[in-house]
Amino acid sequence: MARNLATLVILGALIAALAIGAEATGVRLFERIAITLCISLVLVLGLQVFMGNSGILSFAHIGFMGVGAYTSAVLTIPAQMKGMALPDLYPFLSGVQLSPYLGILAGGLVAAAVAAAVVYPLMRLSDAASVITSFALLVVLHNVMTNWSSVTNGPRTLFGLPKATTLPLAAAVAVAALAVALAFKESRTGLLLRASRDDEIAAAALGAHIPRLRWRAFVVSALLAGIGGGLWGHFITSFSPNAFYLKETFLILAMLVIGGPNTVTGAVAGASVVTAAYEGLRAVEGAITRAGIFREQVVGLTELTLAVAMILVLVLRPGGLFPTREIGHHLFPARRAR
Amino acid sequence: MRWLQFAIDVLSLGSAYALMALGLVIVYGILRLVNFAYGELIMVAGYTMYLVSGSGLPWLVMAACAVLMSVVAGIATDYVAFRPVRNKTITAVLITSFAFSTLLQNAALLFISPRPRPVPLPEIFSRTVEIGGVVTPARNLITIAVAVVMLGLFSWLMRATVLGIAMRAAASHFTMARMLGVPANLIISSAFAISGLLAGVVSLLWIGRIGTVVPGIGLEPLLIAFIATVIGGMRSLQGAVLGGFLLALIDTSLNYTLPQELLKFRDAFTFSLVILILLWRPEGLIKGPASGRRT
Repeated sequence: MARNLATLVILGALIAALAIGAEATGVRLFERIAITLCISLVLVLGLQVFMGNSGILSFAHIGFMGVGAYTSAVLTIPAQMKGMALPDLYPFLSGVQLSPYLGILAGGLVAAAVAAAVVYPLMRLSDAASVITSFALLVVLHNVMTNWSSVTNGPRTLFGLPKATTLPLAAAVAVAALAVALAFKESRTGLLLRASRDDEIAAAALGAHIPRLRWRAFVVSALLAGIGGGLWGHFITSFSPNAFYLKETFLILAMLVIGGPNTVTGAVAGASVVTAAYEGLRAVEGAITRAGIFREQVVGLTELTLAVAMILVLVLRPGGLFPTREIGHHLFPARRAR
Repeated sequence: MRWLQFAIDVLSLGSAYALMALGLVIVYGILRLVNFAYGELIMVAGYTMYLVSGSGLPWLVMAACAVLMSVVAGIATDYVAFRPVRNKTITAVLITSFAFSTLLQNAALLFISPRPRPVPLPEIFSRTVEIGGVVTPARNLITIAVAVVMLGLFSWLMRATVLGIAMRAAASHFTMARMLGVPANLIISSAFAISGLLAGVVSLLWIGRIGTVVPGIGLEPLLIAFIATVIGGMRSLQGAVLGGFLLALIDTSLNYTLPQELLKFRDAFTFSLVILILLWRPEGLIKGPASGRRT
């Protein structure tokens, strides 16, 4: 317990230090990167809650991020903007204008509700079948987002979200997500779920109701994804359904896999490392484009490098940077019982 | 008249779908690996066509180059994404194949271009033929013919050659097959090579419909192959073919019957169907051999 608190305090302090540091420099770029990192953290921690504890790969996560972002958008776009941004919106929604904070929260709740309603039967599946269904779920969510024009403006960019995500807010939500992930991991559900991850048959024989446990983890995971999506929406202020598809899925997975899916510390470490690498490589791409070495704009170098890094991590250090133990356990190793 | 049109549509679409599904399931059957990089094999063949298009070679030679490259890419998938993590968890293997798919796609983005590139097509692809009063592109009939030849060749390979028998043995019980002297690495590489061969052939037919290639071209065939194999049976080769034709039947029927505003959601319908089928019959319509282990 104490060591989990230590993990929470250490990681929370790191996030806070990062936020204060970025704010103190006053450089817009650093602030932007720090906000991006905090939002990614919320998303990666959400994915970790499900993937880390259940051991099942899920592709659908980013779809729930989209659900959160669009919910928050519909509820918070100022009434006078709605006529332009969402011309076909249902009349009963067009008068609604919540504060962005409530919108973000509602985004998380709606994502969790959608997940709760839809995924229970999918939780019975394991291995390849579960991966394909989660992939199918992502495609379904993306398809609906792209075509439900009255709520999402179809494949076109939805604009007009109030800018509300500041660095303190993003950092606070990231710390809260950290607490949720750690608490879930140590809860009864989390513990049983991890038992089922390590040996499905033995856990079931001991009476663990595996689909129900996975379902709980998935709902918590979707809640965090929806909140992350809402935060992101109020940070970027305009987006299209393609923001919630395979490229982002890859990025979030890369963060979790490189850091180590089984630990919360790994999720934090992975998000930080990958965000740093991502921003660095983006800068390199920009520099190459400006230097005019290639005729066209340089794109894809970032993802290419991350993909190689991901394969290397899985080959050389399959558990990621923090494979089994949280940082608190590293710093305060367990004393042998007398 | 309408029925003949419908039948030709279903058969030609189904032929392409069946080949796609077969390429995916040959790897899955033996290795229990869902190869997310499968769509990129189709992309590789497409870009090879684009790169050799200036050479002035006859179309068939260029096509052979393209298929060869996608076979090479298939074998590369084995070496890069699969072999190093074969003994680790199934999740690790899935993630490496997803990463390899991203790698290939972004390599195309970086080294070629994000914009569509033209692919040379033989003149016969753009012709139309009239049979029984129905005018249809010759491409559709070629697709059917190619699929018949490929399926025949494939079933001969699986039934009558040592390689095919060894592969089927490995699919039903990998460890036992190894104990009886079947070389594991060779079998796995062959499965990837055949997967690449099928992807290459599909690529020619598939890109023949559009005429251009983009880095993301592999996604749709991958999704189609997913659905088809899930419907037909993840571990059965016959199931994959059946699934391909069934999916084509469903898609074409929806195209003919759904009103325009619902047609947009067709993918959502088909993928919901996949989820339902996996829940109802996780094995698919046709059961494969008893599952073995990968290592």
